[in-house]
Amino acid sequence: MLEIDEGQVRQSEAAYPQHAASIALTINGESCQLQVDARTTLLDALRDRLHLTGTKKGCGLGQCGACTVLVDGRRVVSCLTLAVMNQGKSITTIEGIGDGELHPLQKAFVEHDGFQCGYCTPGQIMSAIGLIQEGRTRSDDEIRENMSGNLCRCGAYTNIVKAIKDALVQGVDAPEAMRQAVEAIRQDAEKGE
Amino acid sequence: MVPLSYIAVATPEAAIRRTAEGQGAEYIAGGTDMIQLLQEGIVAPLELVDINGIAFDDVSVAIDGIRIGAMARLSDVADDPVIRERVPVVSRALYESASPQVRNMATVGGNLLQRTRCLYFRDATTPCNKRVPGSGCSALDGQNRVNAILGGSDHCIAAYPGDLAVALVAVDAELMVTGPTGERTILVENLHQLPGDTPHIETVLKPGDLITAIWIPLAAAGRRSHYLKVRDRTTFEWSLASAAVSLGLHDDVILDARVAVGGVGTKPWRLRHVEDMLVNQRLDQALARAAGECSADGAEPRGQNAFKVTLLRRTVERALLQIGGLA
Ligand SMILES: Cc1cc2nc3c(=O)[nH]c(=O)nc-3n(C[C@H](O)[C@H](O)[C@H](O)COP(=O)(O)OP(=O)(O)OC[C@H]3O[C@@H](n4cnc5c(N)ncnc54)[C@H](O)[C@@H]3O)c2cc1C
Repeated sequence: MLEIDEGQVRQSEAAYPQHAASIALTINGESCQLQVDARTTLLDALRDRLHLTGTKKGCGLGQCGACTVLVDGRRVVSCLTLAVMNQGKSITTIEGIGDGELHPLQKAFVEHDGFQCGYCTPGQIMSAIGLIQEGRTRSDDEIRENMSGNLCRCGAYTNIVKAIKDALVQGVDAPEAMRQAVEAIRQDAEKGE
Repeated sequence: MVPLSYIAVATPEAAIRRTAEGQGAEYIAGGTDMIQLLQEGIVAPLELVDINGIAFDDVSVAIDGIRIGAMARLSDVADDPVIRERVPVVSRALYESASPQVRNMATVGGNLLQRTRCLYFRDATTPCNKRVPGSGCSALDGQNRVNAILGGSDHCIAAYPGDLAVALVAVDAELMVTGPTGERTILVENLHQLPGDTPHIETVLKPGDLITAIWIPLAAAGRRSHYLKVRDRTTFEWSLASAAVSLGLHDDVILDARVAVGGVGTKPWRLRHVEDMLVNQRLDQALARAAGECSADGAEPRGQNAFKVTLLRRTVERALLQIGGLA
């Protein structure tokens, strides 16, 4: 169950409740209703309000990729989108990818030493899931180019590429929440026809 | 902190109504530049009008041109088979913009209107005429390595940072804009303004104006095109110099040419004198060299950005060699 931390309501939100909005999100397959100030980024909502601290805050300006999550199955940096802009969307975070055991990419990162300090790792893994979905994995160069949105100050890049290739060989299934999101989009599209 | 309100709209009319009154309401699309600017305290809108619900987000082909909805994401446009085949200069410019995550979020409309990466514009603690008119320009004698060598004034030398706009200038693209007074089209080449003594006025758009689509005429899509971007690292970085080239070729003879450059000008910079010297010539090494040589004519370097003069010449030369299969 997701617990919402009401103690973390922003000052601006308490002072100007008329500027707060109530939004519905599906997070790792669970629906949740959240009151947020317009300024709250998706990243801050995940970490401060829902205590899903697996998603990391690095630069806050889209330049490091530590906060990468999937929104409706696509990888994005959660620091550059406002929580209110994600009304009705399905969010997958690092907490949502394992099914009781480690996701193949998590295993491969451990296996290949794809990290040292670990701070960028959740973002790397979420980005790699997006990368594999996009099919941009035909060569080492293509993987490197398309993982360039995720910086690793420990310099584990070589092993990250190895881990991704290994996970590809082992087979990576889309996480459940992502399958659901893709299914929902498909259904919407059919309705529209 | 000033309270910020937020509203999501689903139609252009609703969007325009909200921002036209000039009450501090601004559009937000992908949010990738707007949120950076909010976080750094560079802009302070009172209301964000979320236009993502307006369904202008696809690429479509008509008999006379290609239309790209303003809300289309950079990644989707870069991947679009029509864009890749007909206007590779656009596809390349987009692939070489930002990171995969940012490309999944950012819209083409928002991309054209991204603000400069001048260090002083992005640092609210320093004087900047673009951010605070009349406060002075810190870049003129400061850390100006990324700043413009073309189109600057004594008030501002901030470079226009985007890639897409430069590519679009090379394919004669137009913008479809809807505003409080109705619809109109604007050549991408005419969207941005020189800083002069009003660097805070960046484009010809007026309050309430909404970009709804980009239009690329098929005549331009028939030319061979290419984008070359040079930057401090191989990927995920804004350009120091870039060249968008589009040539109508018959055998090796250039019948029609567009050359636009990025990273070096205060706006996407079209090099008409270079285009003129290319037309009716045979594309070979000597011509590429000569064209590159004069591409920085009129440049006014200001210290740290002086290297861009040579870099620009070589970037244009190399782009021409590549498009001609000579590199
Ligand atoms: C880390 C990083 C690296 C980057 N690298 C590059 C790069 O290499 N090359 C490059 O070109 N760009 C680069 N960018 C910039 C990025 O491409 C832009 O931020 C993005 O394209 C802006 O689009 P958006 O939809 O997110 O715009 P928003 O941030 O939502 O909006 C930007 C501006 O446009 C206005 N606006 C948006 N849509 C419309 C519309 N339809 N009509 C009228 N006004 C509108 C908004 O009011 C706002 O003023 C980078 C960004 C980041 C974060």
